[in-house]
Amino acid sequence: MMRRWRAIPTLAWRDSRTARRRLLLFMSSIALGVAALVAIDSYSANVTRSIREQSRDILGADLSLSSRQPFDPATDTLLDSLSRQGIAVARVTTFASMALLPRTKRTRLVQVHAAAPGVPYYGAIETAPAGRWSALQSAHNALVDPALLLALDAHVGDTITLGRARFAIIGTLQNIPGDLGVAAALGPRVYIPYKYVDETGLLQFGSRATYEAQLKLPPTISASELVATLRPALRAEHLRAQTVADTERNLTEAVTQLDRFLGIVGLVALLLGGIGVASAIHAYVTEKIDTVAMLRCLGATGGQVLGIYLLEAAALGFVGAAVGAALGVATQFALPHVLGDFVAVTVHTRLELVPILTGLATGVWVAVLFALLPLLAIRRVSPLQALRHEHAGGAARRWLRDGARLAAAAALVASVVLIAIQRAGRVRQGVWMSAAIAAVVIVLWASAAAVSALARRVLREHWPYPVRQGVANLFRPANQTRAVILALGFGAFLVSTLYLVQTSLLRNLSFGDVASAANLAFFDIQDDQIGPLDSLVRRAGAPVLQRVPIVPMRIAEIDGQRVSSLARERRTWALRREYRSSYRDSLINSETLVAGTWPPRQRASGPDAVYAISIEQDVASELGVGLGDSLTWDVQGVPVKTRVAALRDVNWVRFEPNFFVIFPPAALEHAPQTFVLLTRVADVTRRAQLEHDAVQLAPNVSSIDLSLIQQAIGSIFDKVSVAIRFMALFSLATGALVLFSAVAASRRQRLREAVLLKTLGATRAQIGRIMLAEYVVLGLLGSAAGMVLSVGGAWALMHFVFKVAFVPSVTPLVAIALAMMLLTTAIGVFGGRRVFAETPMAALREAA
Amino acid sequence: MLVARQLTKSYRSGDRELQVLRDVSFTIPDGAFVAIVGPSGSGKTTLLGLLAGLDTPTSGAVLLDGRDLTTMTEDARARLRGEKVGFVFQSFQLIPTLTAAENVQVPLELRGEPHPAARAGELLARVGLGDRAHHYPAQLSGGEQQRVAIARAFANAPSVLFADEPTGNLDSVTGAGVIELLESLNREAGTTVVLVTHDAALANRAGRVIRLNDGAVVHDSELAA
Repeated sequence: MMRRWRAIPTLAWRDSRTARRRLLLFMSSIALGVAALVAIDSYSANVTRSIREQSRDILGADLSLSSRQPFDPATDTLLDSLSRQGIAVARVTTFASMALLPRTKRTRLVQVHAAAPGVPYYGAIETAPAGRWSALQSAHNALVDPALLLALDAHVGDTITLGRARFAIIGTLQNIPGDLGVAAALGPRVYIPYKYVDETGLLQFGSRATYEAQLKLPPTISASELVATLRPALRAEHLRAQTVADTERNLTEAVTQLDRFLGIVGLVALLLGGIGVASAIHAYVTEKIDTVAMLRCLGATGGQVLGIYLLEAAALGFVGAAVGAALGVATQFALPHVLGDFVAVTVHTRLELVPILTGLATGVWVAVLFALLPLLAIRRVSPLQALRHEHAGGAARRWLRDGARLAAAAALVASVVLIAIQRAGRVRQGVWMSAAIAAVVIVLWASAAAVSALARRVLREHWPYPVRQGVANLFRPANQTRAVILALGFGAFLVSTLYLVQTSLLRNLSFGDVASAANLAFFDIQDDQIGPLDSLVRRAGAPVLQRVPIVPMRIAEIDGQRVSSLARERRTWALRREYRSSYRDSLINSETLVAGTWPPRQRASGPDAVYAISIEQDVASELGVGLGDSLTWDVQGVPVKTRVAALRDVNWVRFEPNFFVIFPPAALEHAPQTFVLLTRVADVTRRAQLEHDAVQLAPNVSSIDLSLIQQAIGSIFDKVSVAIRFMALFSLATGALVLFSAVAASRRQRLREAVLLKTLGATRAQIGRIMLAEYVVLGLLGSAAGMVLSVGGAWALMHFVFKVAFVPSVTPLVAIALAMMLLTTAIGVFGGRRVFAETPMAALREAA
Repeated sequence: MLVARQLTKSYRSGDRELQVLRDVSFTIPDGAFVAIVGPSGSGKTTLLGLLAGLDTPTSGAVLLDGRDLTTMTEDARARLRGEKVGFVFQSFQLIPTLTAAENVQVPLELRGEPHPAARAGELLARVGLGDRAHHYPAQLSGGEQQRVAIARAFANAPSVLFADEPTGNLDSVTGAGVIELLESLNREAGTTVVLVTHDAALANRAGRVIRLNDGAVVHDSELAA
């Protein structure tokens, strides 16, 4: 038996002889998908390794304990007792504040890091001039982000004011371990010595600050064991513990997310390549039917014939995947430049074997599976076809009764789903993703079938000959309509979906075009400061658009059960967090009532009153509460009893103060609170003046120019979209390759027809026009199908994922569609140039 | 020995049944040279396909050396073809991507025979193409291509050789050369040759002529003699 299989490799090698170059083109469609996967996975492996190497430097300590509230005496006692065990403790307090440069009178919201001596225990903060970190503690010194110097028009040596204290800028921050490039865009950092925090007077009631203690452990103490022993105390003090291992896990998690997201784009490129392989192999097999029939006459079994062609497909798939893997390895060196701002570590790029092997295996597997479907048809090629050419057909109709083909199709679907699950990391997401891909393929396939059918119907005798012939090419046997529309549609779909989502998100963020919308926000305003600040704003001729009170609180009980016991049963961020709630008796623009009524009908009051509250629906489901459930809140030591009376949907993308929980005014009016004030000052100079005056009036009050946030978010978006587009490029290029191979696949048939037409008197120009007509129609319909799908896809993403309104932009869509059409026509005419350039005689010889 | 026993073959064409062969029976002994003749549409090629096991009859049986082809699976018939049957076609049917020698080697390789190249060289020399073994079909004339096809047909030393209009695409001189080659191989190797043709002159060179008309045997020179 084995004897009969021995010759398969030789026969396969010989059979592929004249078609190798062409088949390699088909297989190159696999290459780009593999390249994308290998690049992303190699990069991700490099980043993960770098995180492992650098996580201690990033945390700066062996263990970090942090809280959103100032450390109380119990925490101080705990830290003192740790010091006595030989553990070094250094404190860092981080908060937002206004920085004022008296010389230029400019202000800017900054992130203040007040660091005690010893910080960081691991890793080095690089400064310019070099070595300034060690000088920080010696006086009222500050080290700042270079961006702040630009914003304040300052230079090293200047003095900045933070609250009531002044600091000399002694240098700029060049590199901080674990630093995200995008973070500085939202708030430049200012490092000052910890001992001067109180002098600034900035930390008051309700200030949003992080209080952290960095711990350096002696080698005898393990961080995780220490955390385990301290657990009850940490719980009681609302302290969050983070070890080096936690840091590594968190950072790795973030990278994995990025890897998965980009991997999806790579996967789409790979599948698109698979479709290209299937259509190319189909064309190849159609050409080889005579050979197969002859081999069957000569005694080859169905299995042997299948073996020959499957081996060819696998070998070429391997070559394609290998080229892809090499390309991927080269690409991973480019990725740090594209993604650097999102990764907290310095990436040391190295050759990673596992991603390369995985990419190779996935590529070959996808190539073989996609090739198998058309290849299985050759088992059905009757040897009779060597006698009679007309004996074709029939095979396709038996499709559904063909167990092997059904099995191959099932294996294909299962493989795609499994690869998707593996890439997505979660079963549900993987299945959803496969379903989405399947939906797009089915819609495109159906549109292609519709185009063929439509072309057949609309064809009219009185049309000019080239147009008639070109349109007829869309439905005649062995047409390339499906392959082209699929490749082109998918490419167009990806590109324009990305574009639509991006512009739609940005438009939702842009509040500048609404005249009444705020562009300046003041926050952390104390109870006794709101009055004077309100007057200051009005005196400056600006409207007070919103004055929003904020009351910090925690949940004490849900339906009579203590949060501490609930937290043991359910692990959710929503139970133990600090809630910053507000009170009012109305809904605002960014909110929609989902259930219940708001404002509540009954007005409660008095010390034992149960107040009706409104909860945002996502946090309600996280807490497991619904209408009618009762919650008791700990409002700075005072219990406040409430009942859920309404659920809201909140559009968080709108830049307005939004809250998880809204109380009726009676419940919180007298609680300790801070305020946010929104105003609008159109003129940039007057806006800066108002910010400056406000800092003079109330130094602890922060203000932010919302247009700066808009710009910052815009720049983050730009960076994200560069990364996504970079990956989408792989899909687009694959689409172009698939297109190219679809054109090449039908070249022989076209050559034969062109020869006949020329023999019958057609000029080259006429043949050129026929091709042009066909590809213009294909390009137009393919990109149109992609556009329609992308509008649907973008709407679904905006609606279900980002939960904001979808704002379609028509002009860019038309532009993308036109570009795709031009690309198709160019590839079609270029790929088929020999068809109309060749003389009839030469072409006849080739066709023979 | 090749036996056709009450062969009928019908196709469905639309809603009516098209009978291509009706009740065809005959026996061809080993080493015979038989011509099947008849006007076009008389069922010659269909009969050839059934005799060679390329297709199955609607009813009846084909026995090749005592084995009933009609009860065998497609792959079993393929293996039997590999061992016992050779083909020569009107349109040569050489595999265009293979050289002459490689085309001749194919049946040997499919069966896993040792030294296929040496055997192919001998066969090509026998048909007078020893010096053209490494040419591709496109580089050979029609007569040369048909001689390669004959060499291929004899590669597995078949007990039966089927030839479907082997001279149909050749000029008369070249055609005569091809027929002489078939005759001499028939004599030397004792191979049964079944020739399908509508060329009366060619048919007359065969030892026995079976004439078909409208799907039925209307004349068999053996029975008539």
